[in-house]
Amino acid sequence: MNKLMSSLSSLPLRRGLIGAALAGVLVLAGGLAPASAQEHGGTKPHRESWSFAGPFGKYDRAQLQRGFQVFKEVCSSCHSAHLLAFRNLAQPGGPQFSEEQAKVVAEGYQIQDGPNDAGDMFDRPGRLSDHWPSPFPNEQAARASNGGAYPPDFSTLAKARTYEVGFPGFLIDIFTQYQEQGPDYIHALLNGYVDPPEGVTVPEGAHYNAYFPGHAIKMPQPISADQVTYTDGTPQTVDQYSRDVTAFMMWVAEPHLEARKRIGFQVMIFLIIFAGLLYFTKKKVWKAVHDH
Amino acid sequence: MSGHATFEPKNPALKWFESRLPLVGLIHSSFVAYPTPRNLNYWWTFGGILSLMLACQIVSGVVLVMHYTPHVTLAFDSVEHIMRDVSYGWLIRYIHSNGASMFFIAVYIHMFRGLYYGSYKAPREVLWILGCIIYLLMMATAFMGYVLPWGQMSFWGATVITNLFSAFPVVGPTIVEWLWGGFAVDNPTLNRFFSLHYLLPFMIAGVVVLHIWALHVVGQNNPTGVDPKTPKDTVAFTPYATIKDSLGMVVFLIFFAWFLFYIPNYLGHADNYIPANPLVTPAHIVPEWYYLPFYAMLRAIPSKLGGVLTMFSAIIVLFFVPWLDTSKVRSGVYRPLFKQFFWIWVAVCIGLGWLGSKPAEGGYIVAGRILTFWYFAHFLIILPLLGLFEKPKAVPASITEAVLGKKGSAPASVGAQAPQTKG
Amino acid sequence: MGVRGKETLVASTGTAETTRRDFLYIATGAMGAVGAAAMVWPFISQLQPDASVLAMSSTEVDLGQIQEGQIVTVKWRGKPVFVWNRTAKDIEEARAVQLGQLLDPVARNANLPADAPATDANRAAKDQEKWLVVIGICTHLGCVPIGHMGEYDGWFCPCHGSEYDSAGRVRRGPAPENLAIPPYHFVSDTKISIG
Repeated sequence: MNKLMSSLSSLPLRRGLIGAALAGVLVLAGGLAPASAQEHGGTKPHRESWSFAGPFGKYDRAQLQRGFQVFKEVCSSCHSAHLLAFRNLAQPGGPQFSEEQAKVVAEGYQIQDGPNDAGDMFDRPGRLSDHWPSPFPNEQAARASNGGAYPPDFSTLAKARTYEVGFPGFLIDIFTQYQEQGPDYIHALLNGYVDPPEGVTVPEGAHYNAYFPGHAIKMPQPISADQVTYTDGTPQTVDQYSRDVTAFMMWVAEPHLEARKRIGFQVMIFLIIFAGLLYFTKKKVWKAVHDH
Repeated sequence: MSGHATFEPKNPALKWFESRLPLVGLIHSSFVAYPTPRNLNYWWTFGGILSLMLACQIVSGVVLVMHYTPHVTLAFDSVEHIMRDVSYGWLIRYIHSNGASMFFIAVYIHMFRGLYYGSYKAPREVLWILGCIIYLLMMATAFMGYVLPWGQMSFWGATVITNLFSAFPVVGPTIVEWLWGGFAVDNPTLNRFFSLHYLLPFMIAGVVVLHIWALHVVGQNNPTGVDPKTPKDTVAFTPYATIKDSLGMVVFLIFFAWFLFYIPNYLGHADNYIPANPLVTPAHIVPEWYYLPFYAMLRAIPSKLGGVLTMFSAIIVLFFVPWLDTSKVRSGVYRPLFKQFFWIWVAVCIGLGWLGSKPAEGGYIVAGRILTFWYFAHFLIILPLLGLFEKPKAVPASITEAVLGKKGSAPASVGAQAPQTKG
Repeated sequence: MGVRGKETLVASTGTAETTRRDFLYIATGAMGAVGAAAMVWPFISQLQPDASVLAMSSTEVDLGQIQEGQIVTVKWRGKPVFVWNRTAKDIEEARAVQLGQLLDPVARNANLPADAPATDANRAAKDQEKWLVVIGICTHLGCVPIGHMGEYDGWFCPCHGSEYDSAGRVRRGPAPENLAIPPYHFVSDTKISIG
């Protein structure tokens, strides 16, 4: 590598040529860029500060519990979350309700089971092993009840949404480890119900949203201030609700995030020390060759 | 001379075995005593890194198959089941999905290194072609693997790529239906892709064995491009190359772990967390990053068949590089003009990759055409002509001279003997 | 790797230099071994029953549907469970057996302490002795025994000829243990929940 680098720097002419070529490529492509996410989609969401971002990010338990409350009382009347099981509510790294609390939540829902010995399906109270029941029996029924739009499933939604970061932001994100575009977008969307600008008409049955691609969203503003009663004194604003439910959605989409970052740190420390030892070992081993 | 000596077991049991199957001797001569040029730099550690990545992908893949269900109604949820319920499933799945990208990063560095130092030149043509075959197999494997989670990008990627074959006149549509096993990408497609995705890595492993065999027949190239002439020019593979490769691997693993643990979805697409929907195409559909340069070429050509042929030609042309490069000098280090054109070509590849991620509109298409032209011109015009007109710098007489000349120290007894002479 | 390097290289005498080098090689080699071992663990752990399997729900059985003398097979955690509405004769036979005659004198009842003796009372349902609930898997090599067969009026295993009596206790080998009794409890008088 050193040899390569030294051979590179020995030739200023070549450097100039490469620089010119690179600059040419960038100017050509950047200058002529006609299309952008902004033109096709909504306004770029603002980057929020999430407790689960960064190398030591962790979910805020209280926030996840509040977010679950918002999901349960508001969102879940239209949105499913079919990969979320009641037992998940009590597992480490999540909202960490007690197992008793999770059981109570489960028993509050009727789950279809069967067939019984007579061949009939029947409803019974939910158990920890059951998954979150969907509000509609199928996609067609969901569309029929929601003006033709299908309320997306929450299971992986927070990882399924993003916005374009552009150059050089997408390179900087590698180093800052910023991966929270999905939560940014969802938070922005929930706060993006504003009056349409002058001259913009919204189609019948749709609503104007500043952050939704195309701006015409079928979902009406889903939540308003004081709609959900928090017991811990957290402000009951739309902004707070949307932050909480977004954090909850991120956990539903990535339930092992905390374990991932924790193990990641251990692995990093290990690898760096190991690389250091290997470096000195390599130097020792090669010393004989280099000395002569 | 422990390094260069042949393996002679002292243990009677081993002796008995070796006289019937000289396995340990083969390993000894290939990975212990095998002489490697003493001046290899860290770009040469990527061969070892690639072996590591292949093993990593095969092991994690075999484990994922234990939990995955190749069926259109279950594939997406079974991947999520791995991510949620299987013990360390999230880790193994992210190892596999990010490992694919790491594999390609390593293979591109490996290829660029080969192109810069002229590792494709005689007598290493077969070695180079085997490498190109591995690269082709990797692309096929990665493509089919990306289909398996059955998200939106899986489905539409499969649809677009298989539709490439519809460009061929007359037989195109028949070929595509044959590939699909139906009238659209559906369950039969998923099942055959799953089967082949499991098969191809073992074929890659087989070609890798041939690749290493060919390497050991002709010997490794080195930054000077000068063949080793005396034992002084080489060191034993073990411990010298093994320890250096190990360091390279661990540093590469740090890079890998950064993505794996902290930004595991950075190199993927958000849309692939939406289950496949044959009725709705995502707004921005782009392939995985490692295909982007070829995707840009595909879209740069206005004709459907032309685009497809251009794209495939971009890979085919690599097979002919050993004969397109007419220069007598092997290593780019001693070729001042070649060096410049090499880096321009690297910039062109990166530029094409960037264009591949952009929508196919206006200026992007024009830029794509210019860069596509340059990509091919590099191989078909520049390389053949450079060899005729370029005036190379003086090439050192031997590797040892190149190494010691730079350091300015007096020549001495070196090479594999060095460890013993050290006191 | 580090260790092998040491063997190849260190031929000289034990100077301070060599000792330091030895330590470095051993430390590097040990680190590599630890890393490899740690890496193996997730790949072993993933074979364990996953979270969804562990959370698998209990099975409820409606006893009202089961006639006297009838054995019903239900599935619990992927395994057959026999629920037998025993007749007075079946119970009588089971009670008459002395503990000393049994091949396996332990109750094998998940609802009782591990050392409970294999009396009929410890095998049958608590306070409802006509009900016998056992996991329908021969304790020899896992076949499903056939009910109402064999000399002991219980089960007969077609694979290797083990026989069980009317309390599900093994009476003739090669099976080493009585049929296991799963954890269960009465939800109502006519309904049990297994698991």
